Amino acid sequence: MQGNERSTIHITPNAILKEMEFKVPTMAELVAAGEEPEILFWVGCAGSYDERAQKITRDICKILHHVGLKYAVLGTEESCTGDPAKRAGNEFLFQMQAMTNIEVLNAYNIKKIVTGCPHCFNTIKNEYPGLGGTYEVIHHSQLIQDLINQGKLKAEGGESFKGKKITYHDPCYLGRANGVYEAPRKALEVLDAELVEMKRCKANGLCCGAGGAQMFKEPEKGDKDINIERVEEALLIEPHFIAAGCPFCMTMLNDGVKLKDKEQEVKVLDIAEITVRANGL
Amino acid sequence: MISQILFIILAITGTALFTYNVRKVIRNIKLGKATNRSDKPQERLITMLKVAFGQTKMAVRPVPFLLHLVVYLGFVIINLEVLEIIIDGVFGTHRVFVGLGGFYNFLIGSFELLAAGVWLACAVFLIRRNILKLKRFSGVEMKSWPKSDANLILITEILLMSAFLMMNAADAKLQALSVAHYTPAGAFPVSTWLQSLLPNQVSSLIFIERFCWWFHIIGIFGFLNYLPYSKHFHIMLAFPNTYFSKLQPKGEFSNMASVTNEVKAMLDPSFAPTQTTSGKFGAKDINDLTWVNLLNAYTCTECGRCTSVCPANLTGKLLSPRKIMMDTRDRMEEVGKNIDQHGADHQDGKSLLDDYISREEIWACTSCNACTEACPVNIDPLEIITELRRYAVMEESVAPASINAMLGNIENNGAPWKYSPADRFNWSEGS
Repeated sequence: MQGNERSTIHITPNAILKEMEFKVPTMAELVAAGEEPEILFWVGCAGSYDERAQKITRDICKILHHVGLKYAVLGTEESCTGDPAKRAGNEFLFQMQAMTNIEVLNAYNIKKIVTGCPHCFNTIKNEYPGLGGTYEVIHHSQLIQDLINQGKLKAEGGESFKGKKITYHDPCYLGRANGVYEAPRKALEVLDAELVEMKRCKANGLCCGAGGAQMFKEPEKGDKDINIERVEEALLIEPHFIAAGCPFCMTMLNDGVKLKDKEQEVKVLDIAEITVRANGL
Repeated sequence: MISQILFIILAITGTALFTYNVRKVIRNIKLGKATNRSDKPQERLITMLKVAFGQTKMAVRPVPFLLHLVVYLGFVIINLEVLEIIIDGVFGTHRVFVGLGGFYNFLIGSFELLAAGVWLACAVFLIRRNILKLKRFSGVEMKSWPKSDANLILITEILLMSAFLMMNAADAKLQALSVAHYTPAGAFPVSTWLQSLLPNQVSSLIFIERFCWWFHIIGIFGFLNYLPYSKHFHIMLAFPNTYFSKLQPKGEFSNMASVTNEVKAMLDPSFAPTQTTSGKFGAKDINDLTWVNLLNAYTCTECGRCTSVCPANLTGKLLSPRKIMMDTRDRMEEVGKNIDQHGADHQDGKSLLDDYISREEIWACTSCNACTEACPVNIDPLEIITELRRYAVMEESVAPASINAMLGNIENNGAPWKYSPADRFNWSEGS
């Protein structure tokens, strides 16, 4: 991988954005209207700024909108959870970010949060309580699993994944870090697709190479980039889709698929995108 | 009578020396900072029973799991026999537990089968290390002493088991010849096959039986005293190590209380910290780590499961989680020696970071927790790596340029990239 490819992102000009048929509500607006959301959608930095991840963010909103769950986002009041700062060793910056965010969340009396990123999920769920921020935190794959279990989401009315080969890449901060292995798989099971596990999966899943603040730096010298190692493993299955649940994994896997020149045959999609496609949202 | 006195001297010396060395290990572990691991005793006990006693995390790799299980059971169960050997040694008796009757025969028979199992398992382990040369057992940190240590342990165990079986074979033969002192006792399903190798002369048989008996028990006391110097110490430390291991989700990193006070004071000038902060942030040397990190280092048996699943190591980077643990132990022992030789305040100008673990290693970590998941005894190399990073970033402000840029972005824009906070909600526009 050359240059800062993995961290080069562009803010999409508004004109290119696909029209969304509904308005995404912010906490400020809800409060102004004297209302309270059932759940706060924590978008995260990648979900806010990264062009590829923005698409996933909008798809999570489509799901929330579709099932009629009353939700809101913080919009410009959201700020980095501090995860990369903490993993990089800057505890000061992490706690500054955490306490500022907790102040905002507590001021809005937030009880339940869904995140679009396993890193935000891990940080808010595990590391905020000790600093005064205790919430029920779920990752968007858990939300999707819940909605499927409640019968509010199915896999109909949209693209058929029947017979398609899908492999799921476990994000470290969702899987090993927090033991969430089944929720994202549940979202895939309803598709009637052919789910094939990679050799290294679940607790033994191989990192995409982005965690621990690696996303923001060049790798140390070695024989190979980690994302290539992971993508090569996925390609052994010859999947139609690689399913992801993390915007950083998304970048790494996409880069790997591109580098292996397999963009035409293999698509990397987030669990939320697959759900939206299957339901024609 | 003389042999009884010799035995008592051996037993007392062996135990005293071991106690002395263990106290030194405990002193070294206490060089670490305090951290509270006395919470949730029940959950801790269950973790220990499952992970250390029940070997649950070993089962991931079935072949070594089964081989190791035989050696582990052998170690635990054959040690019942050591109790008898000690009593016999002190009182000059012959197989003092013979009163157990049929159950005694069952016990000795089982010990023999286990001893044969241990012998075979150790032989396979030697083959895996030295002939098949499994990748997991190589690596830069596995040269010289660590390599010899592993082989020495396996060879010693084979010799101990051989002595045990030969002793039984000679004993059984003496019993069959109705030699005085050698009253019939025990069942010998394995060593009976060795009897044909032995001479028929009573004096030679007694010599062999005595020689093996002494070899075996001296070997055991010797091995006991070898443990504190060896990776094999895990046979004892695995239990406290799993008991005191981290119970929180793997993704949860500790929030530094010293930082919380400073951040609170920064955000709210009227905040008065309840405790004054002292010391440095993060770890440069072993005394900046917690005692749990140091206990981890003594517990590591260098099996390399961590390194074999580390994404950085797998792709040819310098980082090896096993080396992090071995370096921590080596440095701790060096500091311990300095204290012994020059007193507690001696500074040798060296440190864990840079003299043992390089910056390149700590910055290659993806914090993916594959190493902590793989460790059969819940060792946590990631916490040490994080502490070293904390020192580099907070005390020295030395980090890769791109990391500094990322940190600067979070500080200024509330995002790791250089984009304006005002643009954070742009993704929704067009709706």
